[in-house]
Amino acid sequence: MDQARPFVHPYIPNSEPEVKAEMLAAIGAASIDELYADIPESIRLRRPLALPEPFLSEAALVRHVEGILARNRTVRENLSFLGGGCAQHHVPAVCDEVNSRAEFLTAYAGEPYEDHGRFQALFEYESMMGELLEMDVVNVPVYDGFQAAATALRMSARITGRRRVLVSAHVPPDKRSKIVDYLAPDIAVELVPHEPATGQLDLAALERALDDSIAGLLVESPSYLGLIETRGSEIVRLVHAVGALAVVGVDPISLGVLDPPARYGADIACGDIQSLGIHVQYGGGHAGFIACHDDPRVVMELPSRLFGLAPTRVEGEYGFGDVAWERTSFARREEGKEWVGTAAALWGITAGVYLALMGPHGMRELGEGIMARSRYALERLAELPGVRIPFREQHHFKEFVVDFSATGRRVAELNRALLERGIFGGIDLSRDFPELGQAALWCVTEIHTQADLDRLVAELAEVLR
Amino acid sequence: MSWPIGPRPPLRRFHQARWDEPIIFELSQPGARGVLPPPVEPGIRERVGDPAAALPAGVRRTSPPALPELSQVHVLRHYDRLSQENLGADLNIDVGQGTCTMKYSPKVNDQLVRSPKVAELHPAQDDSTVQGVLEIIWRLEQLLREISGMDRFTLQPGAGSAAIYANVLMIRAWHAARGEADRRDEVITTIFSHPSNAACARTAGYRVITLQPDRNGDPDLDALKAAVSERTAALLITNPEDTGIFNPRIEEFVRVVHEAGGLASYDQANANGILGITRARDAGFDLCHFNLHKTFSTPHGSGGPAAGASGVTSELARFLPRPTVEFDGTRYYLDHDRPDSIGKIRPWVGVTPNLVRAYAWIMSLGAEGLREVAEVAALNNNYLMHKVLEIRGASAPFAPGRRRIEQVRYSWAGLAEETGIHTEQIGARAADFGVHYWESHHPFIVPEPFTLEPTESYSKADLDEYAAILAEVAREAREEPDVVRTAPHASTIHQVEHDVLDDPARWAVTWRAYRRKVRGEAVEGPRDAVEGPR
Repeated sequence: MDQARPFVHPYIPNSEPEVKAEMLAAIGAASIDELYADIPESIRLRRPLALPEPFLSEAALVRHVEGILARNRTVRENLSFLGGGCAQHHVPAVCDEVNSRAEFLTAYAGEPYEDHGRFQALFEYESMMGELLEMDVVNVPVYDGFQAAATALRMSARITGRRRVLVSAHVPPDKRSKIVDYLAPDIAVELVPHEPATGQLDLAALERALDDSIAGLLVESPSYLGLIETRGSEIVRLVHAVGALAVVGVDPISLGVLDPPARYGADIACGDIQSLGIHVQYGGGHAGFIACHDDPRVVMELPSRLFGLAPTRVEGEYGFGDVAWERTSFARREEGKEWVGTAAALWGITAGVYLALMGPHGMRELGEGIMARSRYALERLAELPGVRIPFREQHHFKEFVVDFSATGRRVAELNRALLERGIFGGIDLSRDFPELGQAALWCVTEIHTQADLDRLVAELAEVLR
Repeated sequence: MSWPIGPRPPLRRFHQARWDEPIIFELSQPGARGVLPPPVEPGIRERVGDPAAALPAGVRRTSPPALPELSQVHVLRHYDRLSQENLGADLNIDVGQGTCTMKYSPKVNDQLVRSPKVAELHPAQDDSTVQGVLEIIWRLEQLLREISGMDRFTLQPGAGSAAIYANVLMIRAWHAARGEADRRDEVITTIFSHPSNAACARTAGYRVITLQPDRNGDPDLDALKAAVSERTAALLITNPEDTGIFNPRIEEFVRVVHEAGGLASYDQANANGILGITRARDAGFDLCHFNLHKTFSTPHGSGGPAAGASGVTSELARFLPRPTVEFDGTRYYLDHDRPDSIGKIRPWVGVTPNLVRAYAWIMSLGAEGLREVAEVAALNNNYLMHKVLEIRGASAPFAPGRRRIEQVRYSWAGLAEETGIHTEQIGARAADFGVHYWESHHPFIVPEPFTLEPTESYSKADLDEYAAILAEVAREAREEPDVVRTAPHASTIHQVEHDVLDDPARWAVTWRAYRRKVRGEAVEGPRDAVEGPR
């Protein structure tokens, strides 16, 4: 750096030396070091941080960062069938336009007056999710779907005063890891198996596992493996019979065609909204929702912020504020429900924009299209020699399992070969679900064309040859 | 007409956008479409028909969701209007949200993460296809290690509180590995540490002991000595505390906890005033965390997405969430094979776009720049304190004569006593001048509190303006208190009547709840009560 000129950084207005001198004089300090008088010498760092040379010019910074990022290969440049809770959907331009608005992007914790806009946008997000889910209460988003599920189960334990919960064995290990850790040390988690032939939750096993020490059951539909649970009402009836809560995980983008969990009796619905207008971003686009009926016994156990409608002093004016603030750790520290903090509000606003753009017809058409495309891919892949679709007769949404065991090839090996052809094959399940054999989870959405799917089948046929 | 244009008044005559915008459902125009999904191609239809139609009753949705129907331009216009009714940090002198480090989030970093090279990467892609993003995450970890002195970091937590929670889980795992998990069931924190320290510890099953300040405003060392025992799992503490006062005995705090067999975890959500000045490791901490959306500039997103970074010493590294990002000298890869790991804090590896932004921000400043950030933040803060304390009725409780680091917890107790005007009313009135103002975290140990944190991003003129606004509101409180009492006047809306928000019979978290409960309309859906014998 040029030592002759002072260090004036564009991000630091007062780095200009004359201003500093003026401010120091105003506060009666001889030097900035004086401001650190409380920090004992024993812990003062008396050397510069050993960091790489910075890129002080914006041009140099862009070259540097873009140079590194150039080594990435995107799902746009390749044909990707990766899902597993993070899916490539089309992101409408208006979603990106709205969440790039500096007013939303750079705001934080403003009050209902100067930040009225985010209160209304998030209230509308809650409201549109409420219509999708047919539930009256939806939270301002938590971090992600993992957190939403873990909190929903903790809520069930607080509501019932019980210490055991049940979780579907098709909830993937990563998510289970989060749930088990989050419920420890006071709440035990037990798995409920699925029927090996159908992939549906094993109702007999569920009935055996249920007793009056169970607080709640988490089951997902569509499941991680893409299966639609067809006996939702029976599951909920069994759960309610012992006084437990039915917590149902759902991908909200399926709800144009699937009945919302509330229709078959769920007490709490939860999931991730990444599918609703948010880019995959190497896993950086997640946000979780928790929804319930307007029963204060349940609502009062939600840790999240809830933005509610309220009147103002002016007739016909909509105001907003925090509903039941006293629940939260902001109000009561450790006496609040779990904790609340910065999470993923911008993705909530974005998902609201998405639902407003899609409307009821868009959500239905989108759901139908995803089901048709994924079924088409499933049926075409089943044509390949040695390729088996384990739950072929079941209803799927977006994702399905493909078993390559009979081809004598390992998933990892097939995916490597596909990668060379510019195809990102489905997630290898052989570690997380060894009982499925050399199986993979394939994800097909509205972004895939028939030509994409036909190309996949043709390339995979060559790889398998 | 006056020509030339007359002198401007000392304070700007602000008025926020007031579009009187309806709730989006009220804008619905049946049949309108905002975006069209791609139609199913005939070849697909021919082969599989309509699988959705084949769904059995009780699974297939029969009544479409009652979403609003709008054309694209109307969706855009609605949200653009709402955005104008939102005072983002870019538009205001955002020093009123103390503890949250509202600083400039450089636009170039936003541009970098909108690139498909970040936005269009799936987290399950083969490591060979994501070498760029893994390299950035790996490099960011190296930078944070040097900034904190810690040995390893995870960048997985979704925000600061999630990072605190990750640290609590690592503390639990460390004691469990020594067979002491059951015995060590207490966590100690201080009242001027963020509420999430207490709340995360309680969520993880710990009994929480909260230290109060001593007469100097420092956490009470004698109280700590009395609190530690063989039950102590950890100390979770921030420094400088929310008062902006640096705890000069911090090494002793850490030592006392260590001697009792506990760990010390440093809440560095806001490390803005001490970058390059002092480090977590140097004070003996075992764990720390940064909020990348605070100190490291990523935009706050109206309340997230954020990003948390948890740092640990090598003794604790085996407990870090999995996967970690590793570099073998040739390639970057995710290491999932970590048997002692606490597992997953969130899906995948973290809030990637914010990791890229934070990396770019640090690399745009370097060592000298980071230190300049800290020094100017401290200078700005002490300058603003000087200006605020000139206002009659404002004070900075505790430690008179001592400097503050990056923020100050002030009090309007004097003004409230004199005028009956309270801190929240001052906040509502400040909105009329185009600035945000926040009371403080609860509980209000300091009466009538407010917390200002003028990071390095604000100029002397900005700080003068903010102080002048507070001085004007204080004057009004004395001379025309009704103006303050009935504020805001120039905001998007007028005073909210809060009662309904705490009344289960009237609160409305969704438009459907409002229609059902308040307007008595019928809404689509099964029922509103919960079954089961609770």
